[in-house]
Amino acid sequence: MFAAIADMYRYDKRFAFGFTVLLIFVLIAVVSLFSPYNTRAWNTVPRNLEPSSKHLLGTNSIGQDIFWVALTATKNSLVLGLVAASISRVIAIVVGLLSGYKGGLFDRVVMIVNDSFIIIPLFPILILIATILRSSLSIPVLGLIIGLFGWAWDARLFRSQILSLKEREFTKTAILSGLKTYKVIATEHFPYIVPLVMSATINNVIWVIGMEVTLSMLGLSNLNTPTIGTMIYWALQYQAIFLEMWNWILTPIIICVVLILALYMLSTSISEYLDPRTRLQMTKAR
Amino acid sequence: MFKKFFIPRMIQYFTVLFIGITLVFVIPRLLPSDPVSTQLHRMTSQGQYLDPAAVEEMRETLQELYGLKGGMLQQYFSYWKRLFTGDLGPSFTQFPTPVIALIRMSLPWTLGLLLASLSLSWMIGTVLGGIKVSFPNSPFSKATELLAMGIRPIPYYIMALVLLILFAFLFPVFPMAGGYSVGSKVGFNARFIKDLLRHSFLPILSMVVLEIGGWFLQMRNVASNLVEEDYVVYAEASGLPKSKIVFSYIMRNAIVPQITGFGLNLGFVFGGALITEMVFSYPGMGTLLYSAIIAGDYNLIMGINIFSIVGVSTAMLIIDLLYPLLDPRVRYQ
Repeated sequence: MFAAIADMYRYDKRFAFGFTVLLIFVLIAVVSLFSPYNTRAWNTVPRNLEPSSKHLLGTNSIGQDIFWVALTATKNSLVLGLVAASISRVIAIVVGLLSGYKGGLFDRVVMIVNDSFIIIPLFPILILIATILRSSLSIPVLGLIIGLFGWAWDARLFRSQILSLKEREFTKTAILSGLKTYKVIATEHFPYIVPLVMSATINNVIWVIGMEVTLSMLGLSNLNTPTIGTMIYWALQYQAIFLEMWNWILTPIIICVVLILALYMLSTSISEYLDPRTRLQMTKAR
Repeated sequence: MFKKFFIPRMIQYFTVLFIGITLVFVIPRLLPSDPVSTQLHRMTSQGQYLDPAAVEEMRETLQELYGLKGGMLQQYFSYWKRLFTGDLGPSFTQFPTPVIALIRMSLPWTLGLLLASLSLSWMIGTVLGGIKVSFPNSPFSKATELLAMGIRPIPYYIMALVLLILFAFLFPVFPMAGGYSVGSKVGFNARFIKDLLRHSFLPILSMVVLEIGGWFLQMRNVASNLVEEDYVVYAEASGLPKSKIVFSYIMRNAIVPQITGFGLNLGFVFGGALITEMVFSYPGMGTLLYSAIIAGDYNLIMGINIFSIVGVSTAMLIIDLLYPLLDPRVRYQ
């Protein structure tokens, strides 16, 4: 595991970039816990200050220190991504593995239901839920709801991987030589699934962060909790674009884009690592 | 052919409709807050004094309107019955305009946006992907790959917002909002069409830029398998010009499989169109949804939900059924 990470770090620039940036964001999340201000409260500092040594990114029109709000927002968005992704992971893995291993009629029925969840436009449905719950949408509740809907695509992905693993030579050899089914799964198939689950999870976190930003921009979340989305919401509410308060509106946008790019590079790098041919190219050729 | 091709697709279609529409029915009833009370609360909190008897009567009317009367099962059946007659109920904020009329008014805008952005991004992404496969090491294809891949994961909302700030505010080349200028005469003339295009440019651009990456990737994956096919190798060996090989041997064959992968993405792209419209206040279903959220027009939100489920799944069914017409290899199987 660590050897693999070290390998990818050395040979794949995208992985190195993504991993480093993600570490920085984790560091930011930890630092945000030591914020000198209450980032949920308004008017804790004088309003509309330019960036200075006291307020690194200045202050906004609702009297918050942008730097510390941004740090907390990053932490909250990351936590939300992790909560939602873990919930949808559990569902996706259970559905994908069961469907893949059981096969037959069970598989067909499950896949029809699964594809339905892929086809149904989730965005209006999430809006419907969020309009009803609105201000009670704390980070865990929002994570739970987004997680409950974001599993179908990945369940399909995991299932197809299982289907191809089931047909491989080594599976047949293992079964013929008398290995128990659960042992085949745990020792032979599991190592193939882990990187796939990781890259799919990262992609899911990207989707969740984007969804949070979109729902918050519509005012459909708990607007007192600083997240990347609510930061943009308040900046737009107070006309930060027209007042040209770029320190306010651009901070969350840049954080969002950099975070998403880093995550995306990590996930593409990991999914290419899955393919032994590109892995060899990566580690040997250079 | 009929049994293997048609029936599974119909089963899938009706399952999507059933699950989606049932979800829209169940969700509001599972959640703790009651839409009727919310609606009443909204009315009373606006400062009007209401007689308790009037409130009670209003509650009854609202419950009837929302189809909340009777047991759960009875509600469910009357809900389906209303849907079959195309009745999505009245809009609350624009009472008594039926929801379906509001949707019908904004639908052409959304359809236009979707069709324009999809066809443009499809063409550009496909050509770029084909070039990438044919000339994998040229600096041009390396640059396009980097760009397409780097832009792809950005959320629709962020992309739209950035374009809005850049090209409508900092460099005001395009209008900030709307589908056409206020006060311009709607009609089929050059002036109006120009105005229409100017207003739709940024929303379309925002969607195209994000979608190119997906088409590009898919084209690259499909076409990179084709490059190793015998007929391509033969064409190369017989000294055909590279451009002919690329366009009529590789891309021609890769285009159709590319479309199948798209069907499953339609729901996501549709959501993206709604988001893009909200940012640019483009007068389609997204903006309608936005106004419904702001006003708490719960019936309209439900209506848009049902409509988008039916619309997206039907579009997908059509793409699926048209597929054999596009690909002769499937047709003759």
